Amino acid sequence: MMVKIQIDGKYYDGKPGKNLLETCLALGINVPHFCYHAAMGSVGACRLCAVKKYKDANDRKGRIIMSCMEPVTDGMIVSVEDPDTVAFRAAILESLMINHPHDCPVCDEGGECHLQDMTVMTGHNYRRFDFRKRTHNNQYLGPFINHEMNRCIQCYRCVRFYNDYAGGKDLAVFGSHDHVYFGRHEPGVLENEFSGNLVEVCPTGVFTDKTLKGHYTRKWDLTNAPSVCVHCSLGCNIIAGERYGSVRRIMSRYNGSVNGYFICDRGRFGYEFVNDGNRARKTLIRSTKDKILEDPPPDVIDSALSAALSGSKKIIGIGSPRASLEANFTLSVLVGKENFYHGVSGKEQKLINTALQILQKGSAYSPSLKEIEKADAVLILGEDITNTAPMAALAVRQATRNKPLELGVKAGIPSWNDTAQRELAQDLKSPVFIAFPFQTQLDELAEDTFRASFEDIANLGFAIASAFHESAPPLKFMSDEMLKMAQKIYNILIEAKNPLIITGIHSGSADILHAASNIAEALNLSGKKVSLSFLLTDCNSMGLGMMEGKSLDDAVDIVNGGGVDTMIILENDLYRKADKEVLDPVFAKCNTVIVLDHMMNETSSKADILLPVGTFAEAEGTLVNNEGRAQRYYRVLPLEKSEPESWRRIRDLMKIAGKTEAASWTEFDDVVSSMTDTIPAFSKIKGHMPDADFRMLNQKIKRQTIRFSGRTAMNANIAVSEPKPPQDPDSPLTFSMEGSDESPPSSLVPYYWTPGWNSVQSMNFYLDEPNGSLKGGDPGIRLIETAENSSLSFFVPGELSFTPKKDEWLLVPVYQIFGSEPLSASAPAIKERIPSPFILVNKQDAEKTGKNEGDEITIEISQKILKVKVKIDETIPSGSAGLSFGLPGMPFVNLPCWGKIK
Amino acid sequence: MEIPLTKHIKQGAFPLTAREYEKTGGYKAIQKALKEMSPADLITLVKASNLLGRGGAGFPTGVKWSLVPTGKDAPKQRYLICNADEMEPGTFKDKYLIEGNPHQLIAGMIIAAYAIQADKAYIFLRWAYKKSEVILRKAIAEAYEAGYLGKNILGTGYELDIYLHTSAGRYMCGEETALINSLEGKRAIPRNKPPYPATSGLFGKPTVVNNVETLCYIPHIVENGAAWFKSLSVTGEGGTKLYGVSGKVKNPGLWELPLGTNMREIIEQYAGGMMDGHKFRGALPGGASTDFLVEEHMDAKLDFSSVAALGSRLGTGTMIILDDKTCPVAFIHNLERFFALESCGWCTPCREGLPWVEKLLQSIEEGRGKPENLNILKFHTSYLGPGNTFCAHAPGAMEPLQSGLKYFHDDFMRHINEKHCPWRS
Repeated sequence: MMVKIQIDGKYYDGKPGKNLLETCLALGINVPHFCYHAAMGSVGACRLCAVKKYKDANDRKGRIIMSCMEPVTDGMIVSVEDPDTVAFRAAILESLMINHPHDCPVCDEGGECHLQDMTVMTGHNYRRFDFRKRTHNNQYLGPFINHEMNRCIQCYRCVRFYNDYAGGKDLAVFGSHDHVYFGRHEPGVLENEFSGNLVEVCPTGVFTDKTLKGHYTRKWDLTNAPSVCVHCSLGCNIIAGERYGSVRRIMSRYNGSVNGYFICDRGRFGYEFVNDGNRARKTLIRSTKDKILEDPPPDVIDSALSAALSGSKKIIGIGSPRASLEANFTLSVLVGKENFYHGVSGKEQKLINTALQILQKGSAYSPSLKEIEKADAVLILGEDITNTAPMAALAVRQATRNKPLELGVKAGIPSWNDTAQRELAQDLKSPVFIAFPFQTQLDELAEDTFRASFEDIANLGFAIASAFHESAPPLKFMSDEMLKMAQKIYNILIEAKNPLIITGIHSGSADILHAASNIAEALNLSGKKVSLSFLLTDCNSMGLGMMEGKSLDDAVDIVNGGGVDTMIILENDLYRKADKEVLDPVFAKCNTVIVLDHMMNETSSKADILLPVGTFAEAEGTLVNNEGRAQRYYRVLPLEKSEPESWRRIRDLMKIAGKTEAASWTEFDDVVSSMTDTIPAFSKIKGHMPDADFRMLNQKIKRQTIRFSGRTAMNANIAVSEPKPPQDPDSPLTFSMEGSDESPPSSLVPYYWTPGWNSVQSMNFYLDEPNGSLKGGDPGIRLIETAENSSLSFFVPGELSFTPKKDEWLLVPVYQIFGSEPLSASAPAIKERIPSPFILVNKQDAEKTGKNEGDEITIEISQKILKVKVKIDETIPSGSAGLSFGLPGMPFVNLPCWGKIK
Repeated sequence: MEIPLTKHIKQGAFPLTAREYEKTGGYKAIQKALKEMSPADLITLVKASNLLGRGGAGFPTGVKWSLVPTGKDAPKQRYLICNADEMEPGTFKDKYLIEGNPHQLIAGMIIAAYAIQADKAYIFLRWAYKKSEVILRKAIAEAYEAGYLGKNILGTGYELDIYLHTSAGRYMCGEETALINSLEGKRAIPRNKPPYPATSGLFGKPTVVNNVETLCYIPHIVENGAAWFKSLSVTGEGGTKLYGVSGKVKNPGLWELPLGTNMREIIEQYAGGMMDGHKFRGALPGGASTDFLVEEHMDAKLDFSSVAALGSRLGTGTMIILDDKTCPVAFIHNLERFFALESCGWCTPCREGLPWVEKLLQSIEEGRGKPENLNILKFHTSYLGPGNTFCAHAPGAMEPLQSGLKYFHDDFMRHINEKHCPWRS
C-alpha cells in the first residue's frame, strides 16, 4: 500500500511508515540535510531539512516542519521550494558557517564535503557575521583518524554512530551552547573497531582519514575502482582510490545485502600493504644455494621456468584462500586437478567442507550481513566475531534492536525516530547468547554467556538440539549449568520468528559446526526455519572450498613421498598454515619451488623462483564470501603500474609448460568463461557480472570523476605530450575521466556522484530508497541456496569434555582484529594497533606461576618455546588459556593445543 | 480573599512540620483522595477545576494526567516528576512554596502520583536552592515517618517513594523532556515530541511532569472541589496565582492573588508603585522569556489567555520591570547573554543564533552598532521562532527581543547614532 503525497504541486507515491525526508531522497528530490543518516534515522537537530507543510489545499500559508521528523501520510501537501523554507535553509547554513573555518583549500574533506554541497545547494554565500569565530583544541585520536574540531557543525552524527550505532564508549559530546565539543575525554586512540566510518559519517572535515593524509590527494583526482575487501571472509564492498601509482584510501561501497553504508577499520585502513616496502616487487631466481638473482634478464627467467615446468616434471600447485577464484582455477588447470592443493591445512579444509556441506544439504539458510541484522534471536557458538568478522558484530548489534523497535512501532513511534525509539527501548534487546571460552566485546549485548572449552561449547549445542527434537542425538553427560543454559536458549530460539546461529571455523572444532547444524535441523523438524552463518578465515575460503582440491597436509605427504619436482605456491604463506619443522623439509625436497605472491614472507623468501603478482588493487577477480556470495573486484592500478595478475602469470607459465588450454586466454573474461564452464558450482557467475565488453551507450564506465585534474601535467616530467590513457581489456571500466555519464550497474560503481552531491551522501541517490538496495539490485550472486528438502542427518556428539591438566594449559586461539590477518598487519596504521603476543589467563592460574599482568611467560608447545606477555582475564576457565593468534613475530601454532608452562 | 497556597507560610519562620501541617488540616486531602476517590475520579476533578499548569505554559493539568495510558497493556511503571528547577530569571515563587510549606507540595505529589498510579516520584530541584534542599529532605523524611510515603500508605495498599534530585544547574533542565534526560543521567537536551512524556517519559515509561505551584494546589482542590477553585479567580481560568514583582519598585515581592488580577493593581497596590524618580517603561510579565508589556497594557488582566491576547505570555507570573533609568538595550543584552549561555547546543538556530544576537546587542550597547544590525536582530526574532527550533528555548529568548525592538526602537537607534550608550556617561 502506497500513500499519495503532493510535493510542490506534483503527485508522488510514498511508502507509509517512512519519513518525508527519506521519501524525498528516494524520489530523487534534493532536500538538504545534515543530522539525518539513513542507517541511524532522524533526530531533528540540524533543522536543515525544513520544508513547508500545508493543512489542506486551501492552506496558503503552511508551516515549516522538519521533513526528517515528519511521517508521510496519505494526501499530505508539502513544498520544498517554498520561498520561506528556501530562506530558512540558507539561514541554517549561515548559522553553521559562523564558526566554520574558511580552510577548504587546505581541508582534506574539500571537494567531497557535504557541508560544501549543502552551502551551495541552499544558496548561502555572503557573510554577515563580523565577530570572531570560536576555536577548539584538536585531539590525537590514534593512527586512523585525524581530528579538526574547529570545522565541526555539531550535527551529532559522530557520537550517534560511534556510541549508539557501533557501541563505542570513548567518544562523547562535551560542553554546551556554541561550545559543544566532540572528542575523547582525553587525547588517545579511538578504541572502537568501526571508528573509520566517522570519516564518512562526518559531513565535513572534523574526522578525516589519517592514512590518506599521509599521502594526500584531492578526492576528485583519485582514480577509483569498485572492489571487495580481502581482510576477512565477509566480503564487504569497498572503493579503492589511486593516484600516482599508489592506493590512497579505501571507502565503503554500499551494498544493501552486505555491508550497507559501513566497513570496519581493518577493511578501511589495512590497504596500505599494497604500497608497502614489504611488497614482492622483483623476480627472484635462486641460481645456487646462496645466490639470488634479482630481476634477471627474461631469457634467464624463461629458461629457469622452462626447466621447472617441462613436460617430464611432476608438478603440484598449492592454491590460496586469499587468491581469487580465477587465480586458483588457472593454477589447477596448469597442474591438473589431481595435483591441485588448497593450501589450507587438512583440519581447516575439513571444517570448510563441513560448513559447505551443511549449507548445501541442510535446511539452514546462509544469511547475508543485512539478514543477520534482521534476526530476532542470535546464538553465537565458539566465535569472537568482533575479531574474526568485525562487520558481523556490527550487524548483531543492530539485530539486538529488533525486539525494541517492534515494540516501539507498536507504541506509535516510527522506527526512524531514533531518540524516541532508544528511549522507549532502554535496556530491552533481542536476545543474544554467546558461548565462548572467555569474554568477548559483544558480551555486553548478551542476554547470557556460556564460558567453557570449545568441546563443551559444542556439547551445549548438541544439548540444545536434542531438546528440540528427540531424534537429535543426546549427550551422554551434561552439567546442570549446561542443561539450564540449553533450556534457556531453546526457549528463546523456539519463540523467535527469525532465529540465527553464528559459528565458524576459528575454533578449529568440527563438533561446534556439527552442533550448530544439529540445532538448525532440529529447529527445522519443529517447523522453524533458521539462519546459520559460518565465519571462515579468508576472503575466498568459501570459493576455494567449492573447488576440487586436496589439503596442504596431503601436499606435504606427497612431497615427502618423493617424486615431486616442482611446487607452485599461489599467494600463500604456508608458514602460517603449518609448522616450520614440517615445511622446511618439503621445500628442501622439491627441486624447484615457484612462488607467486605480492608479499615478502617466509614462503616467498624460500622460493627458488619468486614471481611478483598483483594485489587486489592490481587485478580483477572473483571472491566468494562466507555467505556464498560471489563478488568481483576490479583493478584500480593500471597494468603499467601493477605487478601482473596471478592468472596472467600462470597463463604465461602454461605457455612455457606447453599447456594448450591457455591458448585462448587473452583477457580476464576468457578465464572466467573457462572456469564457469568447467566448474558447475560457479556457472551462475558468468551471466551475473558484466563482461569486459559491456558498454553504456557505447562507452566504458569511467574510473575518474569529471573533475579529475592533471592528466596532461602529471607526466610532464617525462614527456609533455599527453599519454594515451592506460587500457583495461579486462573490465568494462576505463582509466579515464571520459566515459558514460549514466549510472553504472550496481556492481560497477567506482565512486558516488550526483549533481549537487559531491560527498558520499550522494550514495543515497544510487539506492531505491535510503538504506535500501542499490538500483538494479545489490551486487553479488549467491552460489549456495538452501536445499528444498534437507538431506542432512544429525551429527553425533563428540566424546570429549574439558579436563584440566597439571602444569599445562589448554591453549585456545585469541584472534585480534588488528594483527591476526597478515595482509593488513603490514599496513603502517594497523601496525600501530597490533598488540605484542600475549596469553590470556585467569588470575588464579597466573598466580600459580607467580606471574602478573604484563609479565613475560614462557610456554612450551610441542618443543616450540614461546615467550609471551601475560594478560589477566577473569573469564577464562581455569586450566585453559588464550594465545594471541597469528600476530607478527609469532610462529605457527596449531591451536587449540596443550602448552606446558615453563 | 482566600490565599490557600500561602496561608500557612510565615516569613522568617520555620515551615510547618508534618505534625503541624496535619494540625492545620493538611494531609486530610490525602485521606480523602486515597480512601474515597479512584484515580479516575481525581483526574475528572482536576479536569473540572481547569487548573492550568503554573510552570509557564498553562497546559491543563487534568488533561496532562489523562494522557497517561491506562488499561491492561499500559506499562505498569509510571513516574511523577515535580519540576522544581526554577531558573527563569526573576522567578522565585516555587522556592517560596517549597521553603514555606514543603508538606503542601508533598501532599500534592502523593495525590498526583496516585491519580496516575505512579509508585515513584522525583523532585527535580534547582541546584542553587540549597535551603530548599535541606527543608525538603527533612520534610520527606517526616512524611515517611508519618506513613504518608512508603509502602501501604494510610493502609490503602498504595505505595509511593519520593526522591529528591538536585539539578546540574542548567536552565534547560526546566524544559520537561530535558529534565527527564538529565534525571536519567543524560545530557540535558530536549526530546522531540511526540512521543510525549505521558507515553514515553522517564526511562521510557509514562511520566507526568508538574510544576511546584501546580502540585501545591492539588490538595486544596481535592478538599474544596472544582467549583471552589474556579470561584477564586477574577477571570474564568480558576484559582489564585503567585505574582511577583522585581525591578525598581518600592516594594518588590511575591503575593498570592486571584488569577487575572490586573497589572496596575499588582504594581501600584502591592509593589507600591515605582521608586521615586523612576518611571515605568515596560515589564516582562512572566519571567525573562516573555514579551514586554508597556504602559498601554497596564490594565491588562494577568491570566494566561488575556496576556496571550496582548502578544505576550503570563509565564511564571513573576514580572520584571524596566524603568527609565535602566538602558533597555543593556537590559535585553543581559537577558540574551543568559539565553545564549543556557542554549543546550542541540539545534542549529538556537546554538548559533543566540550568541550572534548576544554579540550584536553587546556591540550596540557599547556604541559599535550599525543600523543594519537591527535587521539581523529582527531576522533572528523570526528565524528562532516556534517550530523552527527544536524546543521553546530560543523562541522564548526572542520574546523580550522582538517586543523590545518594537517598543524601544528609538533607544536602539540612539545607541547606534550617538555611538555610545545614552545611559552611561
